[in-house]
Amino acid sequence: MKIEGKRSIWKEYQKEIADDHYFYVRSCVRQNFFPGSEKTFLRIFRDEMNKDIFENPSHTTCSGIGYHGDIVPFETAMTMVARQFALMTEAGYKNFVTSCITSFGLYTEILHTWHQFPEVEERISRHLKNATGREFHIPENLAHASDITYKFRKEIAEKGKYRLVNRFTGEPLKAVDHIGCHYARMFPEKGIGGAEYPYVLTGMIEEWGGEVIDYPERRHCCGFGFRQYLIQANRGYSIACSKRKFDSMKPFKPDFILTNCPGCPMFLDRWQYAISEMEGITYGENGQGIPVLTYEELAGMILGYDPWDLGLQVHQVPIEPLLDKIGIPYDPASKFLGKEGKFLGQPNAPSFLKFY
Amino acid sequence: MGLLYNKLTEDIRFVEGLKACLNCGTCTAICPAAEFYNYQPRLIVEILQTHDDEKIEQLLKSDTIWYCGECMSCVTRCPRGNAPGLLITALRSLSQEMGYFVESEKGRQQLAIKRTVGEWILNYGYCLFPANILPELHPEQGPVWEWEHANLEDVMQRLGANYQQTGPGVLRKIPQEALDEIRRIFDETGGTARFDKIEKFSRQKAEEMGMKLDEKNSCEYVKHIYTANNKNHTQSK
Repeated sequence: MKIEGKRSIWKEYQKEIADDHYFYVRSCVRQNFFPGSEKTFLRIFRDEMNKDIFENPSHTTCSGIGYHGDIVPFETAMTMVARQFALMTEAGYKNFVTSCITSFGLYTEILHTWHQFPEVEERISRHLKNATGREFHIPENLAHASDITYKFRKEIAEKGKYRLVNRFTGEPLKAVDHIGCHYARMFPEKGIGGAEYPYVLTGMIEEWGGEVIDYPERRHCCGFGFRQYLIQANRGYSIACSKRKFDSMKPFKPDFILTNCPGCPMFLDRWQYAISEMEGITYGENGQGIPVLTYEELAGMILGYDPWDLGLQVHQVPIEPLLDKIGIPYDPASKFLGKEGKFLGQPNAPSFLKFY
Repeated sequence: MGLLYNKLTEDIRFVEGLKACLNCGTCTAICPAAEFYNYQPRLIVEILQTHDDEKIEQLLKSDTIWYCGECMSCVTRCPRGNAPGLLITALRSLSQEMGYFVESEKGRQQLAIKRTVGEWILNYGYCLFPANILPELHPEQGPVWEWEHANLEDVMQRLGANYQQTGPGVLRKIPQEALDEIRRIFDETGGTARFDKIEKFSRQKAEEMGMKLDEKNSCEYVKHIYTANNKNHTQSK
């Protein structure tokens, strides 16, 4: 199949991403559920790529989950974001990088609002000054941490020890990409590939040797839906969305799912477990699930980092079948050890999902 | 135009989100909530375009406005550049402002979100906090989270977090001065007032329903709103 036409269309969906000197802000969800991923991002870009990445310990949540849970007013969320920008301004940085898609969407929405309504930006500046005494400039460049990873995907491949190739068959591994709703749905021009041609993760997968499955529900939400998960009574919405995606991708036999947003990997991982417990359904081969990865974890795997340093042991869907296909070594006995090598016991095995 | 419609037009998201809707239904076709709930974003916009305060009040008191997951799929697809998802955010804000949210099962859930995510923002500086994500309230998290939760400090340390310590890093302890700044931002910008209203109207509703509501999340009313589901929300009842 000729793909030059597609590649030419994709060129229109590129965005400018700064080369260096990043002010980094963390993600609430990623820190809670994938703490190894943010550690890995900094290890790759500070230690391997020698990038200047600054973190101010006083930065906080942007309040995005509260905003989309509708308990935090827009005025408050805008001022919270203005405070993050003020910390960047005070540190002398202009390139703002966030580890969270909900935040990225909120920052994008707010910058758009301020562009359309300059009087709102002025009002928020006054709020911030009154509340904190701080002043801010808006960033010259706003990126999600995956944009940075995408930008340097070739360098990661060059330094890499492994390729996304099935060592038993020699075939490229088949991946599902999931870019997350707030990356590009509201402002497609702010995401690589926009909402229609999601390329931020696809670019990494292809560069690292794998191929991407274009399945029917590729663009469907994972089902977070904010209040639809936060409240126990609403979680049917959340699991139904994920199930729609799993059912749609299953015939294509994906080797793994790669995610952009910090929430999506948690839902796509945990709901596979819940569906298996509720209905006895598993989506991988032989009772296995489909491993779900963050892009930091995948980059770390390519670079040969120890899977347990990456935090792959805190996934509910075991990652070992994928490690075996790529040929990445791991020590099963070290999987559930704490920092000083203390054995922390072993989680209970699920009823159906194969456990390692 | 009535009071409620005028109030909506004061919300910048309403101004940005509603131009002239032709009611084509593209938003409903793409909407994950419409697939699951008795919900059509198209109808929300149709009602808003009537400018009829009576209908808007009914909407603000209904479960309907709480079905959206704010994924914003509708924004990408609307051929007229409308944003039903943004209109929902404006409607939900007004519903809480007016105290109408307590009139529906789904609306009443706002108190539980305020008492979890809202309080965690103010107390920890994070929207989520792992020690508070209790396995018994989250059976879907599975045995690995149960294991992690039971060994939280060890696991966080193993994975390189700076869990509740000073300095930068994953889940660091946010300095008190930063938490004080957040609280002042909430006071200055209406965040605290929103929280107070959610508590006030919920107290009134709890009394009306004859349920106990105190500051503990284990009280009757909070447990009720967190779990109650009358099974009338979805297409297959």
